[in-house]
Amino acid sequence: MFNRIITLIIKELLTVWRDKKSRMILIVPPILQLIVYSYAATLEIKNVSIGIINEDTGIISRHIEDRFYGSNTFSKIYQLQHKDAKNFIDTQKGLLIIHFAQDFSKKILNNEPGNIQVILDGRKSNSAQIVMGYVSEILNQYNLDYMNQNNLPKQQSSIIITRNWFNPNLEFKWFMVPALMATISLIMGMVITGLSIARERELGTFDQLLVSPIHPFEILIGKTLPGLIIGLAEATILFLIIIFILKIPFTGSIFLLYLSLCIFLLSVLGVGLFISSLAKTQQQAFLGAFIFMPPAILLSGFATPIENMPSWLQPITLIDPLRYFMFILRGLFLKDMPADIVMTNLLPLLTISIVTLTGSVLFFRRRLE
Amino acid sequence: MNVFVILRRLKGLIYKETLQILRDPSSLLIAFFIPVMFLFLYGYGLSLDIKDIKLGIVMEDTAPRAQSLVRSFMNSKYYDVRIDHNKKVFEKQLIAGKIKGILVIPQDFSKKLQNKEDIAPIQLITDGSDPNTANLIQNYTRGVWQNWLIQESYNRPQNQPIGQINMISRVWFNSELKSANFIIPGIIAIVMALVGTLLTSLVLAREWERGTMEALMATPVTIVEIILGKIIPYFILGMISMALTVIAGILLFEVPFRGSVFWLLIMSSVFMFISLFLGLLISTVTKSQFVAFMTSLIVAFLPTFILSGFLFEISSMPEIIQLISVLIPARYFVLGIQTLFLAGNVPEVFIPDTLKMIAFGIIVFLITAKVTVKRLD
Repeated sequence: MFNRIITLIIKELLTVWRDKKSRMILIVPPILQLIVYSYAATLEIKNVSIGIINEDTGIISRHIEDRFYGSNTFSKIYQLQHKDAKNFIDTQKGLLIIHFAQDFSKKILNNEPGNIQVILDGRKSNSAQIVMGYVSEILNQYNLDYMNQNNLPKQQSSIIITRNWFNPNLEFKWFMVPALMATISLIMGMVITGLSIARERELGTFDQLLVSPIHPFEILIGKTLPGLIIGLAEATILFLIIIFILKIPFTGSIFLLYLSLCIFLLSVLGVGLFISSLAKTQQQAFLGAFIFMPPAILLSGFATPIENMPSWLQPITLIDPLRYFMFILRGLFLKDMPADIVMTNLLPLLTISIVTLTGSVLFFRRRLE
Repeated sequence: MNVFVILRRLKGLIYKETLQILRDPSSLLIAFFIPVMFLFLYGYGLSLDIKDIKLGIVMEDTAPRAQSLVRSFMNSKYYDVRIDHNKKVFEKQLIAGKIKGILVIPQDFSKKLQNKEDIAPIQLITDGSDPNTANLIQNYTRGVWQNWLIQESYNRPQNQPIGQINMISRVWFNSELKSANFIIPGIIAIVMALVGTLLTSLVLAREWERGTMEALMATPVTIVEIILGKIIPYFILGMISMALTVIAGILLFEVPFRGSVFWLLIMSSVFMFISLFLGLLISTVTKSQFVAFMTSLIVAFLPTFILSGFLFEISSMPEIIQLISVLIPARYFVLGIQTLFLAGNVPEVFIPDTLKMIAFGIIVFLITAKVTVKRLD
């Protein structure tokens, strides 16, 4: 029995390796995607351009402007006229406009409150809010300094001291890269092996396998183990790139990483095999995979946290294998996640693998009869 | 050969393709089921608006002032607060992802607050493994805390702002700062890229694999006729699917549509053609369903999602990646369709973006025609 399984595994690995196109797809896109997207997928705001409309002739607005020019947050500051404002925002030359009214300095010098108007582009409301945070920080600092210089009563009676654990500088890449590793493993595991059965069925080679004296259970092992091996190899390459090229810290245990990886890949292969077992043609299998993958990626918290989703949608994420693996990977990379928390998240993954793998055996067998 | 013959042949080809589409459940599935499912899931699931942030407050100080601060946090709609006197409990929960931040009110908080010379610190610990949420928590916490200070008039001793510079913000196009308002138009772009590319790549790769494409080529029709005969029915299907998504987006998510249908049709037609040609090109180059599927996934889904600027700011990316994003047609379409929905008709945006997309489409068409040149190898 072992001999048969080993032969099957070798055959599977050779099939993938010998086809030049699948070999390319196995190696190039994952690496390229990891590197490009880890730099591209960022909600950080850098190189922002802003516009200033200054109708004030006084000194205060010029002092505040100097603060903006002095800060290195903004890559470009445009001086605008009132009439340019609409075009400036419409064509997205900048994310926001700061507007000083005519009597701004006069009011401040008279110890009256003065207003600065800020106009934001709502088409990019998230980014605009973050930039507004920077602007208000600069204004607050100016307020404080102005108070101190003019010996006005001290304002500050309390301060907030902030510490960001696990990622002190809030680098978005640290958040995104583990997620990319999980997502790419999902796509690869699913497509390369899970769907290979659908192809073999259309080509007729799967029927040949079924009429051979090999037991369906052995076929299942012969199909999942190569997938596991390829998936582990892929993940190892990605992991090495992450550590040595992208330089993301890995604080957790390597053993837990590989344990989780194995169980995650099993569940992915399970889903892939399950879809293949239901599909009549290759195209149906691809469509099935296609209907599964993008929602699985979204519902895992890949780009935006699960907690932000409406409460009726959150329970659906519980059947998403990627959700658990993404959580574990982020935890192992950044939080040195202890074994007990990893285990509680591996349990649902294990359940998904068992259900889908046995399900696919049952369906294949029924087809056979 | 006269125009009449060409038109008649084209009509025949289009008729044949239309029948094929109507009889093939996969094309209908791609054109109608996938868009609606995507819009629904992504529209609800992809949200940057945080609510009910789980915040653990460590009350080392239980004096009335500290309690009043904690009450402000409990009353805020952004927070779901839990209170403990032991920081250790929360630290474990922060690692487990059960809470997103810890706020520590130190023992001597009220005492320092009372003392005019002292500054009373509070400490905020965020879960930096999710930087966007961590940033927002910092902002919201500062907001709640500042309001509380004003309320308690510790901020302004005489209850009078002195030389105070206030910031008044106005958000154009999206005054309630709803992220769905810019995400939904972006999703429409993603859906169209996917549907267009998948329709032609998967369906045609199957024809290549089965040899029916070669059979078609053995007939006297020209390559341009074949391409047009394939593209036109799928184009109509794709546009119906686009209209469906736009209507569903407006009705389900109450996203305003301030532009004109005319510009929507112009821009989405050009974009749909590009996606269809890309799919055609993929199927012709790969000639296998498996590789075509992988390639469409790699070419259409993630780049549109990540490099189009619909969620992630292109100007924040490193320069080399900004250069790559120039090659993503969705980049031009996303800005156009977001503007169309939220800002209305802005020809200064639409015209250059449409021209860039047309140029892109022509290049893809030429490459496709060149690659598909009746080759029976």
